[in-house]
Amino acid sequence: MFAYIVRRLFLMLVTLFGISVIIFVLLRIVPGNIVDILFDAAGFVDPADKANIERELGLSQPIVIQYLHWIGGLLHGDFGYSYVSEKPALEEILPRIPITARLAGLALLFSASIGIPLGVISAVHQGSRLDYALRVVSLSGLSLPSFWLGLLILMASVSMFGTMPIFNPNPTTWLEAFTIYAVPAAAVGFRSAALTMRITRSSMLEILRQDYIRTARAKGASEAAVNYHHALKNAVLPVITVIGIEAAFLIGGLIVTETVFNIPGIARFLVEALRWRDYPIVQNLVMLIAVVVVVVNFIVDMLYAAIDPRIRFGD
Amino acid sequence: MRSVQALAVAVLSVLALSNVSHAGEPKSGGILRIYHRDSPGSASIHEGATYSVNVPFMPIFSNLVIFDQHIAQNSVDTIRPELAESWAWSSDNKTLTFKLRKDVKWHDGKPFTSADVKCTFDMLMGKSQQKFRQNPRKAWYEQVNDVTTNGDYEASFNLKRPQPALLSLLASGYTPIYPCHVSPAEMRTKPIGTGPFKFVEFKANESIKLVKNPDYFKKGLPYLDGIEFTIIPNRSTAILGFVSGKFDMTFPTEVSIPLLKDVKSQDPKAVCVVEPNNVSTNIIVNSSAPPFDNIDIRRALALALDRKAFIQIMFEGQGDIGGTMEPAPAGLWAMPKEMLESIPGYGPDIEKNREEARKLMQKAGYGPDKHLQIKVSTRNIAVYRDPAIILIDQIKSIYIDAELDVVDTAQWFPKIARKDYSLGLNLTGNAVDDPDQSFYENYACGSERNYTNYCNKDIEKLFDQQSAETDINKRKKLVWEIDKKLQEDVARPIIFHARTGTCWQPYVKNVTVMSNSSYNGYRYEDVWLDK
Repeated sequence: MFAYIVRRLFLMLVTLFGISVIIFVLLRIVPGNIVDILFDAAGFVDPADKANIERELGLSQPIVIQYLHWIGGLLHGDFGYSYVSEKPALEEILPRIPITARLAGLALLFSASIGIPLGVISAVHQGSRLDYALRVVSLSGLSLPSFWLGLLILMASVSMFGTMPIFNPNPTTWLEAFTIYAVPAAAVGFRSAALTMRITRSSMLEILRQDYIRTARAKGASEAAVNYHHALKNAVLPVITVIGIEAAFLIGGLIVTETVFNIPGIARFLVEALRWRDYPIVQNLVMLIAVVVVVVNFIVDMLYAAIDPRIRFGD
Repeated sequence: MRSVQALAVAVLSVLALSNVSHAGEPKSGGILRIYHRDSPGSASIHEGATYSVNVPFMPIFSNLVIFDQHIAQNSVDTIRPELAESWAWSSDNKTLTFKLRKDVKWHDGKPFTSADVKCTFDMLMGKSQQKFRQNPRKAWYEQVNDVTTNGDYEASFNLKRPQPALLSLLASGYTPIYPCHVSPAEMRTKPIGTGPFKFVEFKANESIKLVKNPDYFKKGLPYLDGIEFTIIPNRSTAILGFVSGKFDMTFPTEVSIPLLKDVKSQDPKAVCVVEPNNVSTNIIVNSSAPPFDNIDIRRALALALDRKAFIQIMFEGQGDIGGTMEPAPAGLWAMPKEMLESIPGYGPDIEKNREEARKLMQKAGYGPDKHLQIKVSTRNIAVYRDPAIILIDQIKSIYIDAELDVVDTAQWFPKIARKDYSLGLNLTGNAVDDPDQSFYENYACGSERNYTNYCNKDIEKLFDQQSAETDINKRKKLVWEIDKKLQEDVARPIIFHARTGTCWQPYVKNVTVMSNSSYNGYRYEDVWLDK
């Protein structure tokens, strides 16, 4: 187990290194840089001024030197400066992380707390009207784009309550504080809940046909004990995988929700930084997301072993 | 009896008047909440070229002079003193001298002096040690030799030749005075001004906050305690925010005509105005390469345009047809209607124009069996894309099959600069309704923003002639002649001039939306909330 963990940690580092190279190179392959965008606002490009700014920002250096400069800085805790705001990149990124983390966390909570029980109910009542109804709900969850759902929610709020749950950094009541996160989390979590529900249902259906489930029933175990103790525990592995993938997806996938609900999180910030070709922000944010994804995957793998003792990580 | 009636009428009149007066009495306090359409790149007005910078940061600054903030049509007659107490032209019209106020302090407490005026314009003219990261309006001061000071409270602009338009350029929202003691880099992130509001914070993609300047040199102003801009790039969310009462005002001139209907239906009490914004939608033609190096094809293109159709489709009829200068009545320099309609392509009979265009195309070797294949390049932004699609549809009628080529914003100007296009759909905004700003910027030989490299030395002489002309009526006639010639030369065919809407809640008072510029009306010093 120890050797496996060490090997996984080593692989994590290699993966992160690979990602750092890919993001760095891709960013520079994309046409245009911050100076082009700055001059775009001015309506013309002055070659001399452009060269000056590129030199000032270090963009005229060879790409390898730029990469080493960035990685060297990262290793020393220097994340560089945003080209746009001219503030330290970390100062720009850090305040946005809790906002997105709260939103993603709530969305995942919504997804798991709705998706798993409904998936179980749907599987247990396979072929019933309830099952069909739940499957329609889950299909609509997968089909409805979250930006559309978000806009509908906003329009309905304005029309019905005369207000709307868009972000406010200083909420005045606990209800407002809850609403500004819970409503967008529900909008984005609906799709995720639908996916979780479908995976739970199919996994449960497979497990419910196993011999040991029949044995449990033959031994007189109650339906609840069979479904939740014996079946769900064994059916939950693929669900955990999906939730893990969703967690990673949500960080990037929140862009649309953050835009519609005007939440100043890292997803929207990343898109804006990309538009400005603000390399220090984009590079560091993508690396941050990569770290989160890699770590979540690692945790999911560790959870496999904890949940299913039959899984042993080979030496 | 008659005297009793007269007395009653008089009493009622006095009561009514006092009521109006009371209702109109400005109240101090409150925060004006506006949504902002995007996150500006910096807080430095001198380094920006979009009114996304002017709107939130103009309240921080003061100019030497400013267009009257409550007269919608900017003109020389509406220029008012601000940091200057008065101004005077020399007898040869080559020196413009400003007497400055002595009671002005920067937001950090340092006194404002003539040295700050000199510093600002030295930087704008590229003469100082400190440099702007970008300086998009350097060309405005082409005729200024230098700025000199006489003591702490007098500054003079010494010109190479008379240029009456200079005063208008100085009155624009684009011409604030910057402090000598603050670097351009600091002005991009934490600007310091002398204006009615102080900068508090600018969180990119989130908000911009300003607070009342208690030491503002105009006593009793501003009325507001502050202004807060919430950055909401999603237009639907922003409009919903306004109608739900989260904002007191929309971002100025940002409500499209179709959206205006939504606002009025959802929030009938909202006050909305529609004004021209002195932004033209035009075609840039690469006349340095085939096929548009052929003047016949360029002329055919100009003849094919059905400008009314553009306006009907995009603005439900609320737009204007004109030349380079903004159309009347909002525009000061517009050609008379008869003169405009005498220009090929501007006549009312579209079918006749297109018939003529088809003949020109046939002369150039194209016809029903041989269509010209081109690309129409434009930026990947709706206000650019939509007219480009209409343009493609219209030029089909003259044997031109065009394909839309949408270009990422970062690549737009580099692409135009390397002449990597045949036909482009472009928008041109004018900060000041004055030919000096428009002609030199967009049509002068060698100008950075003359994207098509149109260069006509004869017209350039006329540019200078009108620029130096101090008789406004003579100048107007010259401007009309130039504008007509520019359209006939198909230098940059103007399709239409847009109109846009601004809305605010009825309790927001003293807001005026300018009708011939989107860059000059955001000082907000006497805006107040009747709550």
